[in-house]
Amino acid sequence: MAGVLFFWIFSIVLVGSALAVIVARNPVHSVLFLILAFVCAAGIFLILGAEFLAMILVIVYVGAVAVLFLFVVMLLDVDFARFKEGFVQYLPQAALIALIVAAQLIYVVGGWHSSPAAAVPAAPSGTLSNTAALGEVLYTRYFYFFQAAGLILLTAMIGAIVLTLQHKANVKRQNVADQVARTPKDGVELRKVPSRAGI
Amino acid sequence: MDLSAYLILAAIVFTIGIAGIVLNHKNMIVILMSIELILLSVNINFVAFSTFRADLTGQAFSLFILTVAAAEAAIGLAILVAYYRNRGSIAVEDINSLKG
Amino acid sequence: MYDVIVFLPLFGFLIAGVFGRWIGARGAEFVTSGFLGVSFVLAWIAFFQVAGGADAHVPVANWFVSGKLAVAWALRVDTLTAVMLIVVTTVSFLVHVYSIGYMSDDPSRPRFFAYLSLFTFAMLMLVTSDNLVQLFFGWEGVGLMSYLLVGFWYEKPSANAAAIKAFVVNRVGDFGFALGIFLTFRLTQSVTFDQVFAALPGLEGKTFHFIGFDWDATTLACLLLFMGAMGKSAQFLLHTWLPDAMEGPTPVSALIHAATMVTAGVFMVARLSPMFQMSEVALSVVLIVGATTAFFAATVGLVQNDIKRVIAYSTCSQLGYMFVGLGVGGGFSLGMFHLFTHAFFKALLFLGAGSVITAMHHEQDMRKMGGLRTEIPYTFWAMMAGTLALTGVGIPFTIIGFAGYVSKDAIIEASFATHTYGATYAFWCVDIAAALTAFYSWRLVFMTFFGTRGQRESWMEEEHTDAHGAHGNDDHGHGEHPAHESPLVMLIPLAGLALGAVFAGDVFRHWFIGGAAEAFWRHSLVLKEGGILEAMEHVPLWVSISPTLMMLVGLLIAYYMYIVAPEAPRQLAAAFPDLYRFLLNKWYFDELYDLIFVRPAFWIGRLFWKGGDGAVIDGFGPNGVAARVLDVTRGVVKLQSGYIYQYAFAMLLGVAAFATWYLFTGVR
Repeated sequence: MAGVLFFWIFSIVLVGSALAVIVARNPVHSVLFLILAFVCAAGIFLILGAEFLAMILVIVYVGAVAVLFLFVVMLLDVDFARFKEGFVQYLPQAALIALIVAAQLIYVVGGWHSSPAAAVPAAPSGTLSNTAALGEVLYTRYFYFFQAAGLILLTAMIGAIVLTLQHKANVKRQNVADQVARTPKDGVELRKVPSRAGI
Repeated sequence: MDLSAYLILAAIVFTIGIAGIVLNHKNMIVILMSIELILLSVNINFVAFSTFRADLTGQAFSLFILTVAAAEAAIGLAILVAYYRNRGSIAVEDINSLKG
Repeated sequence: MYDVIVFLPLFGFLIAGVFGRWIGARGAEFVTSGFLGVSFVLAWIAFFQVAGGADAHVPVANWFVSGKLAVAWALRVDTLTAVMLIVVTTVSFLVHVYSIGYMSDDPSRPRFFAYLSLFTFAMLMLVTSDNLVQLFFGWEGVGLMSYLLVGFWYEKPSANAAAIKAFVVNRVGDFGFALGIFLTFRLTQSVTFDQVFAALPGLEGKTFHFIGFDWDATTLACLLLFMGAMGKSAQFLLHTWLPDAMEGPTPVSALIHAATMVTAGVFMVARLSPMFQMSEVALSVVLIVGATTAFFAATVGLVQNDIKRVIAYSTCSQLGYMFVGLGVGGGFSLGMFHLFTHAFFKALLFLGAGSVITAMHHEQDMRKMGGLRTEIPYTFWAMMAGTLALTGVGIPFTIIGFAGYVSKDAIIEASFATHTYGATYAFWCVDIAAALTAFYSWRLVFMTFFGTRGQRESWMEEEHTDAHGAHGNDDHGHGEHPAHESPLVMLIPLAGLALGAVFAGDVFRHWFIGGAAEAFWRHSLVLKEGGILEAMEHVPLWVSISPTLMMLVGLLIAYYMYIVAPEAPRQLAAAFPDLYRFLLNKWYFDELYDLIFVRPAFWIGRLFWKGGDGAVIDGFGPNGVAARVLDVTRGVVKLQSGYIYQYAFAMLLGVAAFATWYLFTGVR
């Protein structure tokens, strides 16, 4: 009973905030509504019994990605008014496509005959928590995917740095390669200094 | 709730994401956020199936999707920042060098 | 010997044409004239041989055999051929020599002499042909050479237009001629003359279905063949090209449009005399058309102001006489005799006119001439000889007279004596035309050689309705320069032709139309025993005198109007302005044809060109396809806008489409 109620609450808020994301005039509002959508999704995950994923959603999506969005939105000087220029012009086409896609998806879903066994969410089996169970699967069966995901993150990190790093001209930096390559010849200068004369 | 409820919910969020891309074609940031919505809907789908079929594969893959979505958001925003630095605005209607 | 006569001019053409640049103009002149000189001598030898009874048949090569149609290149030499050989080679040789002087300052002399020789070759092939197809080859050859020679000065647009006109009008006749050849083959299963003539008696009374009617077969064949003759010999209705052909150099006019090419039609009818003799209808048609031409051309020649045009219309008229001579039936030698004498005096008149034109520094309008009698006496006497011959001056009741007297009067008498339908009409036409001939011939002489220079020049400003007529090749030289006599190389041919003009009638009469005609012509022409040649000796008195009378009437009126009362012509023209303009504009035939044929032809041509070719074929074909490709491309280009969001939208549409597709067809 509680599950159904919470499902409905979370669902409606999710859908509402998703709509708000795409409709809001202020991009900051869009990001905030995106955060709300993520939080609701996390709630739905909890209802489904995927605690680890729900928390990860909050930590990674909300804590990192959405914050990143906020940073960028506040960093860039954007002209809000121009963004909505093509809105009404494209509304009928967008609505049409969206309705078609939605209709197809719902048609597919509605035409399924789920087996009775799938009607009820399975209770977590065994004594393992969701996290532990997930770990059992992740590091054994999906090990390569896990490594690949790591590599993707590495690539993304390097890519982001490459795209946005700028060397400012008046900032002092160290060039480690030069430092290491220094030879005694150009590092040390031997001078004969007469006494009481100075350099 | 049964499985189809979750699936329909995911479908709706998916459609909203697509509509968002089409409606806000001028606003790169909102496009990226709509893509995040799409990926979110896919995540809901995976987790729903995982729960109703008692198979953790769905959740594992949801994790991977999360990873990729984060990476992609980062790169997308980096591109946007680089573009903004070059042009001074993020008006996408000027990005038509591929015009044939 | 006969192949030497025929093929030497061809070699002359090849040498002058191909190597003209190396041997130079002088070389070309000598080679071509030399070869023609040899042909000329051999032709006269051949003539006397054949007259003595030595017919010949010289096969040259096989042409083609297709089913029953077997055509070979062969030379058929009988009396008719021999007569034509001497006409063609004599006039051609004299024209070649004359052109050495006349064209002496023309830069394209090798080309000219090459063309003259090639023309002579084609004409010789025509007259020596032993079958209709070879005759047609020669026919077309002379037509082509006429085009090339009339348009010799091809930088002049009027010359080009005249050349095209000559060719196209001839083409109309040639169409009929070709149909005639086809029909002859159909009827007789052969095109060789001997076999056709042998098959003719079997065609008596046969009919042929053509354009919805049943015609008598031989009549139809003769009429179709005569259509070709009408075109080639500039008869009434297909005559419009001859005056315009005066755009060519004067030697060309002398050779082609006086003595040889235009007489090809006469020759062809004479050659086919057995066929024509079988059809009363065809003979009548020939008679009536010839008589009408004789009269019509003479009326137009009365008022022309260009010296060459007067002689051109005179030629047209005399060709009408020749056809009258052929059309009387059984007297084909009459036409041939007039052809023979006419070649001499008409060529003489043309070459003399050329001499006058050269003396007047290329001025051709007679109104600017006058008083040349004292300045170019030799030319004057040559023209006098020619005019006396043309008008037919002679002593009545005898056979003493200039060439035209003998041949022309014979035709007039014969036209009275014959019983062919239309004879009365023909007689009056040729009789009155004799007066008109005398008038315009003496008018030419008086205007050119008598009076004072330029006395009629004041008439020119008032002649706004002067149709193309009187422009010289380059209009410089008014009367202030004294006219000088032509060089000897131009005068000697004049002398030679003058000899012919004076004596040819008397000398050759006996064989052509006199008592020895049967023995002379033998089987080459149809001459009925006791036929028209007999009958015309017994015509009434007034008929015998009337040609001479008419000639005197014409002479006296011309004398009055151009010597005694010089203002009379202008007053007469002012009194009957419409009639004067009608005659001056050649009975408005050119305008009529332009309206009926030329404009619709151009309209149809333009329709097929712009509408058919351009809009339909090009439109649906290359241009259309190219334009459609461009249209499609323009549409496709819009897809590549450069905006990524539109590409993303396209991808979205694609995904939606795929999903819909699989939804309905199912994934296999």
